[in-house]
Amino acid sequence: MDTLVLLLITGLGLGALYFLVASGLSLIYGLMGVLNFAHGAFLTIAAFLGWEAGRRISDGTWTGLAISALVGILVGATVAVLTEVLIIRRLYERHIEQALVTVGISLAAVALFEGIWGTDPIYTDRPAWLTQTTEILGARIPNDRFLLIACAVLVLGGIVLFLRRTRYGLIIRAGVENRHMVTALGIDVRRSFTLVFAIGGAAAGLGGVLASVYYGYVSAHLGSVLLIFAFIVTVIGGLGSLTGAAIASVLVAVLQQFANFYLGGTGDLVVVVLLAAVLLIRPRGLMGKAA
Amino acid sequence: MTDHAALELEHVTLRIGGAHILKDVSLSVPEGEMLGVIGPNGAGKTTLFNIVSGVLRPTEGAVRLAGADVTTQPVHRRAAAGLGRTFQTSSLFPALDVLENVRLAAQVREGRAASVFRTPRRTDAATRRALAALEEVGMAQRAGAGASGLSHGEKRKVEIAMLIAMEPRVILLDEPMAGVGSADVPALTEVIRGLHRGGRTVLMVEHHMDVVLGLADRVAVMHHGELLAADSPEAVMANPTVQSAYLGSAA
Repeated sequence: MDTLVLLLITGLGLGALYFLVASGLSLIYGLMGVLNFAHGAFLTIAAFLGWEAGRRISDGTWTGLAISALVGILVGATVAVLTEVLIIRRLYERHIEQALVTVGISLAAVALFEGIWGTDPIYTDRPAWLTQTTEILGARIPNDRFLLIACAVLVLGGIVLFLRRTRYGLIIRAGVENRHMVTALGIDVRRSFTLVFAIGGAAAGLGGVLASVYYGYVSAHLGSVLLIFAFIVTVIGGLGSLTGAAIASVLVAVLQQFANFYLGGTGDLVVVVLLAAVLLIRPRGLMGKAA
Repeated sequence: MTDHAALELEHVTLRIGGAHILKDVSLSVPEGEMLGVIGPNGAGKTTLFNIVSGVLRPTEGAVRLAGADVTTQPVHRRAAAGLGRTFQTSSLFPALDVLENVRLAAQVREGRAASVFRTPRRTDAATRRALAALEEVGMAQRAGAGASGLSHGEKRKVEIAMLIAMEPRVILLDEPMAGVGSADVPALTEVIRGLHRGGRTVLMVEHHMDVVLGLADRVAVMHHGELLAADSPEAVMANPTVQSAYLGSAA
């Protein structure tokens, strides 16, 4: 029982990280048709700069972590907006070029980060509470899992409110369904593209800082690893569906944890099998729009 | 002449490869007119609409909206400048409800500076215009319904409400009766007549001849990419060129 609870809550925590990356990927793909391979780079740069800012002001405290998170969010959003405005905007509707250029950015970014921060993981200090455990139903749960889950729930709630309750949210929801029709209404949908990149970048930035809490280190490869699973989550959840991304994040991460524990470390394999199964049985994903 | 026609086409020609899709079409639509566009399949009616709305650019010639040359303007600019259109296929967003669909269109009329995070409350100007537009087409009681559950006729009405909410100068209706069950045709005809009565300028492509002849002030006849005639319904029906080219072949 205690093992089940531990695996479940750890899975939820990892799912929270996947969701923070996948939410942006899914919105960006849904609205613009862009597979943004540079999304992992947004996360990594935010993790590094968040860590640099946090440790200089107050290393290993809640204040330091809050500053890291704030810096991470701002850096993620800024880098994402710059990427959209300076590079992706010039390639609208040219999906192959967009994929190529974002793959290029992600590769170059990893090399750049290795150049600056080295190839080895840098271990980070965290507030003491996050390194301790809380006992739930006999299971000793690392406290950082709760922080991750809480943050992801807040981000999910915030994005849902934004999409449901604001005028740009309405444009984005309509654009995910049919962006040409939104244009025909006289709305310059490209303004929303920048906004969606900012939101996705901010979520990924927060994800970067939280990933450094979860793993206990920052590294140039933080984003690349999470991006792979975030893409899988996005496809399983249905490209363009935020709810789908949330459900698939939890599904993938929990399944991964259970398979790693009970099936001899086959978590990654099981996830890829799940992806293949979804693609065969329901190619548009759990909650995706019809192709 | 200080007053410009609502819409003017000047020597509009479209060539794709070696083929003439449109040949030297000139047409002036005065403010408040309802112009029906008819012609056999492939005559260039939809191409003409696409050139007017900005989906296609003519090889030669100019498109003017209230005197302003919009030939090179993209779709969203023309739409914002007062050109609204419907499509042969449904242009509704199925995942949004009826009111949200219309409100989206109404937002076009809001200032560009409107805040990203502003909440569209029920009292918002856009929401009020959306509700008024739904009232005008008789769909106000369906405001909260999901767009995917509507009948064809209801969808057309909501699309027209979207046009009304955009407050366009010129409305293009691309086969408004397509796919609509015959029971819904009279009600929809009344909605379109209402559009026109409101003083709006309307261009309509439609295959139902009785609908066109009953509604339009003038009828333009297209054939093989050329404009054969643009005249009152009676005159067009009596025109021998039109009869041989279109009406004759249709019989």
